[in-house]
Amino acid sequence: MDLVEFQGKQLFARHGVPVPPPGAVARTVEEAVSAAEAILGDGASAVVVKAQVKVGGRGKAGGVKVVRSVEDARAAAEAILGLDIKGHTVNVVYLEPASDIAEEYYLSVLHDRVNKGDLVICSRQGGVDIEEVNRTDPGAVVKRQVVPSERAGGLPRDIAMEVVTAADLPAEVRASAADLLVALFAAYLAEDATLTEINPLIRTPDDRVLALDAKVSLDVNAAFRHGDHAEWRIEGIDGDDPLEARAREQGMQYVKLDGDVGVLGNGAGLVMATLDVVAQNGGRAANFLDVGGGASADSMAASLRLVLSDPAVKSVFINIFGGITRGEEVARGVLGAIEQLGHFPQQLIVRLDGTNAEEGRRLLEEAAHPSIIPSPTMQEAAALAVAAARSAA
Amino acid sequence: MSIFIDEHTKVVVQGIGSQGTFHAARNSAYGTQVVAGVHPKRGGETWQELDAPIFSTVAEAVAATGANTSMVMVPAPFTKDAILEAYAAGIRTIVAITEGVPVHDMTVVYDTVVRDGGARLIGPNCPGLISPGKANVGIIPADITMPGRVGLVSRSGTLTYQIMHELAQAGIGISTCVGIGGDPVIGTQFLDVIQAFAADPDTDAIAFVGEIGGGEEQRAGEWIRDNIPDTPVVGYIAGFEAPEGKQMGHAGAIVKEGGPGGESAAEKQAILAGFGIPVADNPSAAAQLMIERLARP
Repeated sequence: MDLVEFQGKQLFARHGVPVPPPGAVARTVEEAVSAAEAILGDGASAVVVKAQVKVGGRGKAGGVKVVRSVEDARAAAEAILGLDIKGHTVNVVYLEPASDIAEEYYLSVLHDRVNKGDLVICSRQGGVDIEEVNRTDPGAVVKRQVVPSERAGGLPRDIAMEVVTAADLPAEVRASAADLLVALFAAYLAEDATLTEINPLIRTPDDRVLALDAKVSLDVNAAFRHGDHAEWRIEGIDGDDPLEARAREQGMQYVKLDGDVGVLGNGAGLVMATLDVVAQNGGRAANFLDVGGGASADSMAASLRLVLSDPAVKSVFINIFGGITRGEEVARGVLGAIEQLGHFPQQLIVRLDGTNAEEGRRLLEEAAHPSIIPSPTMQEAAALAVAAARSAA
Repeated sequence: MSIFIDEHTKVVVQGIGSQGTFHAARNSAYGTQVVAGVHPKRGGETWQELDAPIFSTVAEAVAATGANTSMVMVPAPFTKDAILEAYAAGIRTIVAITEGVPVHDMTVVYDTVVRDGGARLIGPNCPGLISPGKANVGIIPADITMPGRVGLVSRSGTLTYQIMHELAQAGIGISTCVGIGGDPVIGTQFLDVIQAFAADPDTDAIAFVGEIGGGEEQRAGEWIRDNIPDTPVVGYIAGFEAPEGKQMGHAGAIVKEGGPGGESAAEKQAILAGFGIPVADNPSAAAQLMIERLARP
């Protein structure tokens, strides 16, 4: 789960990572105006208005503005709210006192898939795309792998010092940057984060270091030991798809896509393969939905209901490989689901293979339901599903 | 022969609830030696469904039964401790089926059990493995395959079954099929399995199912080119149509937004083709490629 900036800063603050003084969140222009009034009234000389979307490059896209008056804050909020940044609609802005910036650096801690440990990345060049820096000037990006046995009691401060020194951060801020890194690493571990990134990490004119931005990804698999992480989920904060939100509540693996063939199947790999085969037959999938193991009538019905509730769906491709769940049980699940759902206009192309697939297909054929087209292979089923979507469109 | 498990495999099951019991019973019915269950509060009882003893700890189970392999089916919050317990008890082949294990738990497990410990850990979040005719440890349906000489390695459960099934329908059996799992941190990588197949005198050809994200398939492909260029190898990479930056079910299956490294399915396909390894556009085509390749003299 990705956090937006203001949430990331709250999380940092809990673990002692220095951040700018707290600000306020606004969903409307009026809320933004009152927040700006409060911040300027508290003596801040400037306010920064920042789009809260889970995507980089907000500044370049016009999603970040520094203002010195309430009128300008109003104009900034009007410009930023509703803005589309790389496909993400801005529904929320965050306002905080603007910080004075002397220099900008880069610092992150993330899970390193290749080495199966943690990775600390630091650069003297911050506030820019770090991947670009890594391409053009790899020497300017310091990477330090950390294995679990090195960080049992947290990141040792000498490793933190080694990193900020290797990155050539100025001597005046090295000690405080090392302290900040130790705190950032503690936040990363304690919160089960897979990414904690600060870009830019700033040096103020009085030589303090502050996290001016915060990008945090939390491990949803660790939610069982973080009851408070559920609070970070804010509906509609980032133009989240409403169907994806509903699926998440029901514990389903659903991703909205932009085509018109609804897809559901058992197993993430099989569903990904189904998207591929639909595309190879000239169609586009409307979604990714993994129903998981079992494929009982209830889970089938819930999954089908979700897929069919998307108005873009013109046909549905149900792709099931019977393993331990046998073909006839899957067929009964599909038939039971259709009974629960009542009437719907879309054709369902059901491809059943694997254990007892023939019995399953026979059950479907005997039911002779007008909405169901059984099919033995993925290729044929995909072609049928694409054709059904075309003729329904 | 086969890899990782065979007729000498003796399984202790950690996590003997309804799911663990159901799958352990299936494994046992297939002929796998399931010798013990472990439950902290049920030591001394008999595991009725398996007609096997229950011990409080893995160490006791090992001492009493000679178990050499563990199947971990405990819930995700307890998986880290279960794997570490099996390792501490001297078990060196550990198959973790459980899904949803936190990344930070697995980095600690990987460090102790694999990096420093040298044990064979399969998974977590995997269907397990089967050496047809010898042993089945995990949740792979055994009746869709048969003994043979093709090694199969996969990051995806149902896709593996699909390919095994199509090969079986063409009369082609399997030496061992390993589902390595789709999580970011897994004990056994693609390349580990391919190297084991390369060293197995009874595996003549290799089929693999990869996914978008990461660089494991590319690393394995490079090794194949340099070490076993004459072994028939075919594959499929799921996720040609996966949108960038979206997580598709498996935690590992995500195309990095704008990142370098060739992590998309098409990029992986092209990289592997450069190593002389054909990658099909869909799973059925991969099975057909293998069938055709083996039919050639």
